[in-house]
Amino acid sequence: MTLLAVSVIGVDRPGIIAAVTGALAQVGGNLEDSSMTILGGHFAMSLIVSLDADPQVDEHAVRAVLEPITASLGLAAFVGKVTDQPDHTSLGSPYVVSVHGADRPGIVSRVMGVIASYGGNVSDLTTRLSGDLYVVVADVEVPLAVDIEALRASLDAAADELGVEITVRAAEPDLL
Amino acid sequence: MIRAVVLAPERVLSRPALDVDPGDPTVVQLAADLVDTMRAYPGCVGLAAPQIGDGRRVFCLDVTGHPKAKSCAGLVVLANPVLVSGEAPKVGREGCQSVPDLTGDVARFRRVLVRGLVVGTGAERTYEADAFEARAFQHELDHLAGVLFLDRVAGAHAIFQRKTYR
Repeated sequence: MTLLAVSVIGVDRPGIIAAVTGALAQVGGNLEDSSMTILGGHFAMSLIVSLDADPQVDEHAVRAVLEPITASLGLAAFVGKVTDQPDHTSLGSPYVVSVHGADRPGIVSRVMGVIASYGGNVSDLTTRLSGDLYVVVADVEVPLAVDIEALRASLDAAADELGVEITVRAAEPDLL
Repeated sequence: MIRAVVLAPERVLSRPALDVDPGDPTVVQLAADLVDTMRAYPGCVGLAAPQIGDGRRVFCLDVTGHPKAKSCAGLVVLANPVLVSGEAPKVGREGCQSVPDLTGDVARFRRVLVRGLVVGTGAERTYEADAFEARAFQHELDHLAGVLFLDRVAGAHAIFQRKTYR
């Protein structure tokens, strides 16, 4: 089975998903996983697409079938091969890291630098800008061996430097 | 007097507020201003002193007529309030006058016991609240601890731009 990463982004308008997924279906592509959202008025699609039927269909064929659509809708597209055996091993305990404060360049990179230095793995991250307020919320898996209080202390130091607030909480499981 | 509501990232919203003397005339005035300001904002069901730029432990709330409210104590004004107990956490979406463009999913207790002092007399008063009123109590108590709902959102997919319609 061939797995492709497909990213498409462009000014939002009705019909982008229908056109892009329609083209992928035409060549027998299955959407294995996807994330689609509007970012600053641009519609962004990130897809993992599997091709299992026709050996003639590869990433070049997918690029070719997407080309007329991206041209007519004014979209930028990327198509690339990815490994079909990603490592799903859990790294540790889930935490939610919230950051908020006055907007300035470098907040995400500084905070994520601290998390990465502890081996923390970010599985999801959202940022919002609202007036002067910048908000970052990240789902982070922290290795079991990490002393969470040490990570907190490092993040507190980064927060003081950046003039923002940072909170680290254990992710609560869904309550059924 | 109606006061201006302070917006994040104003730092007063992220600092723990300080206990007050409930008989202090300036505290009585602060409480009156909080109620006037809450009433002036349509849909506002609670306001804590840091939200009008005052780092003292006073808040007001009133969930009267709110469709999600079950318990309803009417107008509540408390100084130095504390959460005595809480049970049955539940995730729900909430917003804040100080973060006007965003909402978030936050786990809160469904039932709470909150104790504080009546502004003016200083008498101790305990409230038992559930559902939306319990959420409002916890949101206001958080403000007095320098905590915003942004600090408690359930995850990266639990924060939302408030919808605006053109």
